[in-house]
Amino acid sequence: MSEQLHYALFTGCTAKQSTPELLSSTLAVADKLGIKITILEEASCCGASHIQDFDEFLAHVLNARNICYAEKLGLTMITICNTCQLNSAMTKHALDSDPELKARVNEKLAEVGLEYKGTSEIKHFLYTLIDEYGLENVQDKVTTPLSHLNIAPFYGCHNIRPSELHEEANGHENPYNPNSLDRLIAALEGNPVNYESKNKCCGFHVELQANHTSEVLAGNALLDAMDNNADVMVTPCPLCHLKMDTYQDSVGKVMGRDVELPVLHMPQMVALALGCTEKEIGLNFHVQKAKHLYTEAS
Amino acid sequence: MSKVQLSETRKVTIRAFRFNAETDYLPYYKNYEMEVGKDELILDLMNRIKWEHDGSFSYRRSCRHGICGACAIKVNGKATLACKQNAIELLDLFDNEITLEPSSTKRAIKDMIIDKSDFWEKHAAVKPYVVADVDPRPEHESKQSIAEFNNFLDSDLCIQCGACHYSCPALEVNDAFLGPAALNAAYRFTVDTRDEAGQERLELTAEMGSGVWDCVKCFECAEACPKEINPIEKITKLHNLQFSEGVAVSNVATRHAEGFLRGMKKTGYLDEADIVTYSEGYLGMHKHLKTAMKMMKAGKIHWHSGIPFINSIPKIKNLDEVQKLIEISQTNKL
Repeated sequence: MSEQLHYALFTGCTAKQSTPELLSSTLAVADKLGIKITILEEASCCGASHIQDFDEFLAHVLNARNICYAEKLGLTMITICNTCQLNSAMTKHALDSDPELKARVNEKLAEVGLEYKGTSEIKHFLYTLIDEYGLENVQDKVTTPLSHLNIAPFYGCHNIRPSELHEEANGHENPYNPNSLDRLIAALEGNPVNYESKNKCCGFHVELQANHTSEVLAGNALLDAMDNNADVMVTPCPLCHLKMDTYQDSVGKVMGRDVELPVLHMPQMVALALGCTEKEIGLNFHVQKAKHLYTEAS
Repeated sequence: MSKVQLSETRKVTIRAFRFNAETDYLPYYKNYEMEVGKDELILDLMNRIKWEHDGSFSYRRSCRHGICGACAIKVNGKATLACKQNAIELLDLFDNEITLEPSSTKRAIKDMIIDKSDFWEKHAAVKPYVVADVDPRPEHESKQSIAEFNNFLDSDLCIQCGACHYSCPALEVNDAFLGPAALNAAYRFTVDTRDEAGQERLELTAEMGSGVWDCVKCFECAEACPKEINPIEKITKLHNLQFSEGVAVSNVATRHAEGFLRGMKKTGYLDEADIVTYSEGYLGMHKHLKTAMKMMKAGKIHWHSGIPFINSIPKIKNLDEVQKLIEISQTNKL
């Protein structure tokens, strides 16, 4: 790489609240790899598909505003949450393909001195590592190979479906047979676990209103990974992380089996292999104990 | 895209689900070897299993034009309309190992044939037809303008194949959920200007446990539809219609959708703690105390001045812009 990669980071809400370890590990990985990050401190919540249910137009206006700030910097906007990726990309697609909607949104944005142009790409950090930084370059930087770990990739819905929306940003990942996380795990010399649930739903979005559904979906995936000898699960989505890490006790009760599996954020896994500090990796913020991964990795 | 050259065929083993509900205790899988040509469809492979290997192999088929919806099955878990899907494409996608299964293995009657009664019951429940007092001797046709027609989006293209219905994980767990196909139909007729049952459909689809609020937002339906309808888009439209038409009542799901704005107005971010408290109500919070304690112990929820959750969220830059945009752009209310 001749030119340094430089991205505008849309952190999303969880990285600023319940999963600070996601933000610190992302920044640590970028630093180790020499990727320049400018945090979009102006960016607000993406609506998480819930504001979209309440008021679709408002959701477009708010997401377009976030994208405006990446456009001002002339940078690709990167996300570290599948749901931020989905909702930002849905707004971008809607506005870029519907001039009338774009004009209506820009009419509102003009009131705060902004204009959405459609000039910035939106990409999840996982895919910038693979498509733009390059897996072989990541592999070159590995100081602590993860060869002792069976790692279950959990892709999360909103990076892979709907595939038509994401195909430019996610390297044409096939939602029925995704392989990006598997390849990243292999580049870090870990052992990717093959299991059916890797492209399924974690249930996060109905945690409150359809709790039983949510618990069963999380339980199916966690138990499937455990039954295929996973030592740890890894996901690019902090919402999948929250569901799968925080609720293992209640999920276990619903499923009638003990559930015990550390769930890493994708950047945490990379940070472990690149030899980042414990403070940067932040396994202490996990509900399901995961700190043993430091000693095993060293 | 097919990687084979013209005239090239590929020798593969096709694995197929076999089950006869009248004679078998459990289903089993059988392998069939065959040469697959570049233009062959999954339906051709099923025909060849039946014609060249085992005449008892059973599946539904009719139009062979992607319009009757009879031949929907699953290949390696991927919803597939057999008469529309090129076989080599799937062999490429799944490294030459493909397994044919019925859309729902638990509803199998014989091989690929399933009992679809649950699909039809849910479809019928949303009144998938125009409800109106029609003059038996009208003087004019009951026309739709282009704008009115466009309002249906693509919902009218549904062929009732069940691909989305049997790909829906919410439905897999919760039998009561109407599912993406029925909700797509509910949308189709609710926005029809000739129809008079919109309110009734919106109320039906607003019900907790069976309506739109049980959708898990996985987008499996959008991926599964062979007519590229995107049912979840229509589910989102139904959510919005429930607010704009005043059907939405205040409950945990509607407060959860609307409540995101509370945090955004204060800090620009969602307030993770407030959204749970506001959606559940204080009485409903007991369900979350154990989890909240664990999250606090792990440092996921912050504790300030002896009071949890207060002022623990940073503010975004230019918060006033978000506040202003909410004020001038919000179109719906709870």
